[in-house]
Amino acid sequence: MSAPALDFEALVTRGEDGSFRLEAAIEGMTCAACIGDIESALRNLPGLIVARVNYTNRRLSLEWRESAFELAGVFERLRRMGYRLRPFELASGERAEQETSKGLLRCLAIAAFAAMNIMLLSAAVWIGEDTDIDPATRDMFHGLSALIALPAAAFAGQPFFESAFNALRARRLNMDVPISLGVVLALAMSVYETLTHAQRAYFDSAIMLLAFLLLGRYLDAAMRRKTRGVAANLAALRAPLACRLGADGRETMIAATGLRRGDRVLARPGEVLPADGVVIAGASTLDESIVTGETARRPVSRGERVYAGSLNHDGALTLEVEAAGAGTLLGEIERLLEKATSARSRYVRLADRVSRFYAPVVHLAALATALFWLWRGASIHDALVTAISVLIVTCPCALALAVPAVQVVASGALFRGGVLLNAADALERFAQIDTVVFDKTGTLTSPHPSVVNARDFDSELVELAAGLARASSHPLAQAVARARPDAPLLADATEERGQGVRALVDGAEARLGSPSFCKLEAEADALGALAPDVSLVAFRHGARHALFQLRQTLRGDAAVVIAALARRGLAIEILSGDRAEAVRSIAEALGVAEWRGALKPAEKVARIEALRAAGRKVLMVGDGLNDAPALASAHASMSPIDATQVTQAAADAVFLGERLAPVLTTVETSVQAQWVMRQNLALSVIYNLFATPLAMLGLLTPLIAAAAMSGSSLLVTLNALRTGGRARGLGEGAP
Amino acid sequence: MTVLLFLVPLALALGFVGLMSFLWSLKSGQYDDLDGAAQRVLSDDDIEEERR
Repeated sequence: MSAPALDFEALVTRGEDGSFRLEAAIEGMTCAACIGDIESALRNLPGLIVARVNYTNRRLSLEWRESAFELAGVFERLRRMGYRLRPFELASGERAEQETSKGLLRCLAIAAFAAMNIMLLSAAVWIGEDTDIDPATRDMFHGLSALIALPAAAFAGQPFFESAFNALRARRLNMDVPISLGVVLALAMSVYETLTHAQRAYFDSAIMLLAFLLLGRYLDAAMRRKTRGVAANLAALRAPLACRLGADGRETMIAATGLRRGDRVLARPGEVLPADGVVIAGASTLDESIVTGETARRPVSRGERVYAGSLNHDGALTLEVEAAGAGTLLGEIERLLEKATSARSRYVRLADRVSRFYAPVVHLAALATALFWLWRGASIHDALVTAISVLIVTCPCALALAVPAVQVVASGALFRGGVLLNAADALERFAQIDTVVFDKTGTLTSPHPSVVNARDFDSELVELAAGLARASSHPLAQAVARARPDAPLLADATEERGQGVRALVDGAEARLGSPSFCKLEAEADALGALAPDVSLVAFRHGARHALFQLRQTLRGDAAVVIAALARRGLAIEILSGDRAEAVRSIAEALGVAEWRGALKPAEKVARIEALRAAGRKVLMVGDGLNDAPALASAHASMSPIDATQVTQAAADAVFLGERLAPVLTTVETSVQAQWVMRQNLALSVIYNLFATPLAMLGLLTPLIAAAAMSGSSLLVTLNALRTGGRARGLGEGAP
Repeated sequence: MTVLLFLVPLALALGFVGLMSFLWSLKSGQYDDLDGAAQRVLSDDDIEEERR
């Protein structure tokens, strides 16, 4: 069979100079030597201009001119070297994230440059106060500082000014309002003082404030960008390629995102359906557990509606792609999602809650200072200067760093523990939960089936079967291969699509596949009525044979994690779309008393809403399409990386790997992060308690302002670093 | 004190050169693949080419 043509037309972007570009995630890149391997393998392809590997995010970017270039050639060459390429569209969110993070770095560079040079000049002025600096020299230094500070603040302050302006226009107050006000007033006053040959100017404080804040924001953005890049790669590697049938019956492999309504798609046994659609030819049974949570397979035939993400078990299916319409499962889920997401946005972040209270207090304090000094008979100028220095010193530098610094450190620790955060405020919500609701299928149970009766057979026979299974890409065969992960691969195995694999071993033919492929139908029938969620894989080598039973089993550490969560005082519940009896056995194995089975998506949401109405803060963990609305309506949510894309988009965090431990790590790290955030906020309040009275009394010199500001910022940042230290220990020590 | 008249501008100019070269390196994508840059310096593909 010839390999079907590749078509990634939808993902190729066209440059202005007539060149074409494609980004692809690379699977199988394990070490730095791969960079050279891949790039030199592609060096002399005709028409290719640039092939550059990005080792940080494991991606390859290709640029070529139309003439004489074969994209399929690149894929074929790399496939033979053992790398798999998955092209993808850079999600608009990720591109925006990259731009934001670059913009912040630019602002940070300028602010830091300005702060260092102004500090150079300021230090001279401060020392000069004791050694009788020449007033003309002081004026020149202040003037130079102004020349550096004003353009630098105009450029580097943009992120804050924009955000403050947007908040004010929406008649809200956020942390950026007092920041912007403080910076602008400090600069304006300093300019005035410079022009009137005064002794003190506050250019250094204003610019240093911007530099510190930008550093915090940049680190935050960089962490988020890294997380998102990894998530996008994983999504691209898992996104199914679709085999599109042309009008003349020609097969073309295209990325599933490139499918359009009305396209005809062929899905072979063992493949994941790439799109929602209607079966127009063929019959098969589908494993729809990722869609509905139901583990029993559903037989489908012509005319029936099927969903993306379902696993095709037995026969080839031809589908006609259709978009989600009203009345379909997807339509209902989208409607529920919309409703649930609007409920979520009511949450107000800790930092915003603080600033809502803090900003008015600061402004009132400044006003009170000005009035007090006027009453005491000070000149208008002196009263204003004192009021503005109150604004500068209370400008929430430490306060604005308090929360983001912890967020960066904690999300970094989670990232190393295999948890990718989607939402910036998720940490705070994770810390508040008191109830954990699990979906069963794919969440408590492992998303892949595993062999449950390997002990019934000769160990050497199982090893042989596993070695043969490694040659196949069928999900069931891969499950058999996992039963003996270190079995040697049988090199000369050939796969017959939809049937099985075979190879010559010790002069006899070994076959692994469907019972009919191995001539074991009689034995399979003799097993009689098995549970509806058990699949069979047959193996024959000469006269010896085996029938492996596969089903989804609990994740290895599920019981330990559930017990640990319960020990933390969290209530545990299971909500599943699967049959009640299947849920019961899992719930009993885990010792969970509260469980419900056979739930529709809307019923899951209803249960979450009921818990919320009872004042509970729910963490929902689920993977199925049917869990997406429940994830969106819960207080906080997580899903495993094997979940459908809709589900992952609805979750606050996505966790990797075969274990459930990341759920526990997330809860523990978040609680700790919340604690450190509170400490940081307290630290900055204490700082203000000392500094504000000084400013109100008019005793604040620029030197004190600068020292207090950087001192408190450093203190807060150092305190935040403790989160990472302890969380890392947790990640390793977790069961 | 006239020495300040050229020392201060000189200090600022040097800092400005540093800033500009950082902005240039940022714009030309040198911060896009930090791990890759660290590893590429170790690969000997340029030497292999000379041998050929």
